[in-house]
Amino acid sequence: MLSALFNILIFPGLFFLSFLGTTAEYIDRKLYARFQNRVGPPWFQPVADLIKLFAKSEVIPEEADPVMFRVVPLVALAATVTAFLYIPIWGTEALYYFKGDLIVIIYLLTLPTFTFFLGGWYSRSLYATIGAIRSVTQLFAYEIPLLLAVLAPALLANTWSLSEMTEYYTVHPWYWLFNLVGFGVALIALLGKLERVPFDSPEAETEIVAGSFTEYSGRFLGWFRWAIDVEAVVGASLLAAVFLPFGLSLWPPLVFGLYLLKILFILCLLTLARTVMARLRIDQMIDFCWRILAPVAFFQLIFDLIIKELIL
Amino acid sequence: MDFDKTNDKDMQISIGPQHPALKEPTSFSLALRGEKIEAIQVKIGYNHRGIEKGCESRTYIQDMYLLERICGICSHAHSTAYVQAVETIAGLQVPRRALYLRVLIGELERIHSHLLWLGVAGHEIGFDTLLMYTWRDREAIMDLLAELTGNRVNYGINTIGGVRRDLTKEEGERIVKIIDHLAEQTKYYIQLAQEEVTLIQRLSGVGKLPREDALRLGAVGPTARASSITFDVRKDDPYAAYGELDFKAVSADQADVYGRTIVRLGELMEAYSLIKQVVKNLPDGPIAVRAPRKIPAGEALSRYEAPRGEDVHYVKSNGTENPERVKVRAPTLANTQAIAKMLEDRYLADLPIVVAAIDPCFSCTDRAIEVEGRGLMSWEKLRRYSIDWYRAQGVDFRNVKRVI
Repeated sequence: MLSALFNILIFPGLFFLSFLGTTAEYIDRKLYARFQNRVGPPWFQPVADLIKLFAKSEVIPEEADPVMFRVVPLVALAATVTAFLYIPIWGTEALYYFKGDLIVIIYLLTLPTFTFFLGGWYSRSLYATIGAIRSVTQLFAYEIPLLLAVLAPALLANTWSLSEMTEYYTVHPWYWLFNLVGFGVALIALLGKLERVPFDSPEAETEIVAGSFTEYSGRFLGWFRWAIDVEAVVGASLLAAVFLPFGLSLWPPLVFGLYLLKILFILCLLTLARTVMARLRIDQMIDFCWRILAPVAFFQLIFDLIIKELIL
Repeated sequence: MDFDKTNDKDMQISIGPQHPALKEPTSFSLALRGEKIEAIQVKIGYNHRGIEKGCESRTYIQDMYLLERICGICSHAHSTAYVQAVETIAGLQVPRRALYLRVLIGELERIHSHLLWLGVAGHEIGFDTLLMYTWRDREAIMDLLAELTGNRVNYGINTIGGVRRDLTKEEGERIVKIIDHLAEQTKYYIQLAQEEVTLIQRLSGVGKLPREDALRLGAVGPTARASSITFDVRKDDPYAAYGELDFKAVSADQADVYGRTIVRLGELMEAYSLIKQVVKNLPDGPIAVRAPRKIPAGEALSRYEAPRGEDVHYVKSNGTENPERVKVRAPTLANTQAIAKMLEDRYLADLPIVVAAIDPCFSCTDRAIEVEGRGLMSWEKLRRYSIDWYRAQGVDFRNVKRVI
């Protein structure tokens, strides 16, 4: 019981994840700033921002649904933290695992987007409503390519469990190289999931203020910001576990260091993408996801099927 | 479609008067169906400052400083347009060196204005890296302007009959050095505009304004030139030293936001070449002639190609120290009319960039205000109304000493 609580709240749960999340946000902001020839924030800025938000009073619009408005930010945080428990980080074995946990992880990572939708929708503000609709529209665009891309390596490993998948790729060390195309697809889909440039139209500042979060302030905005930080790390960890499963049989602390390097690499790629691109319109985003991203993900799936049947 | 004719199915949303996309207060009421704009109503009139009326109670030289403050970016455009009108009425022969220096400051201003625009356009489409880069480069010009005139904005270099500060040889060399650096940077931005896919996707085909519509709605400046109207006051009605300098009016035929970007980038390159020519061919001689305090009765209209388009000043004098009437038409007023046309059948996401693409300066635009429901008022009546209104708020100006 106590050890379970420790796992959920301290390591590798909420506390550790929040530490990683704020560090990831700092790296993202600092790198973004350096790319843009700016100085960037000091290392404690993401934490300071959160403390500031939690210290501030919150305003809830009169027309908003008071219960939903308060609850959804917490759901977002809870869902992302839970998803992390099923991702292996210092070996081939996650803290908790069962057959089919891959689907559960993807489901749990879909929840934050739904909370963005619900939060925006129940704010009853025009900008928030438009942002909410865009969030959920975008979900339909990136979710299928992401799912297909993640399923391809699972198909090769012949399992629906992330831990068994990493096990398989440890036994067959170089097989992960077959899935590099899928890695690219998943990376782009992750940009959509995290609502970052070029896929940040759900919160496009110059169009709809802050999208779903327009009416959020204080504590509740803080929960959302926290959840988004954590989501970035969990998303990067998922990609690292699925697409970069190498070096997992080494000495555990070394594996852990390698894991940190892997997510750092993925986070840097995400930052690079938002530095060099402009925001796409929501229709262009959907067009891109369905016309290019989904077929490429299909190609990866078929490629893996052919390899599995004919070569391996 | 007419805004009043929209039905309940449409979502009505207002962008402005306060909104992150707008740097100045103005209002766009939109009727949206999904993401699509069904109808749009543009409302200006949040920035009336009574500048034209203020000019009538100030002397000619004081007016120059007041009019320079119409705009914080194209301040030289307004002050030059005004002094040109006054000089025409007074029949002053402005020295050639002064005319060249006016061109120099005018083109430096165009560079910093266009670089600023490029950054704002980048920000509107979520491309903040472009914003950071262009504004960094723009600092070089701002510092240069401060060095040459004493101020980063509102340079105060004009005076009736010439300019107030001369240019030394060393300053000329420094200008050329900075301009050469900026030319390199601008070439990079031109390459970026030709190659970056997301940028092209967001700009190309957005905010279409065909040539006929541009003519009918009276668009000016880069907005018109991007619709293949090759009209440039500097070329077609030369003022200052533009008649003696070699440059071309940049135009494009895309008739969209992308075309407007290309035109502005091209104008940057032209401005660099113009400045080099001015520094090289700067004639010797005095920089100003003495102007009389009292300007003889008469009237004059002056045109100036500001970075945003044609700026028109009309001055009427009555032989005293103060003008009888000053009328200003800022370029944004001419371009505002085209916004509704550009946004026909477009998406909400296009609104910020389409509005930004005319390089709006709403604060410079407002020359009139309507006190709601009161119709036309005489000056005396309006004055009375304002005094009563303030008194009702508890503000009484009776004991305030008159300064001007």
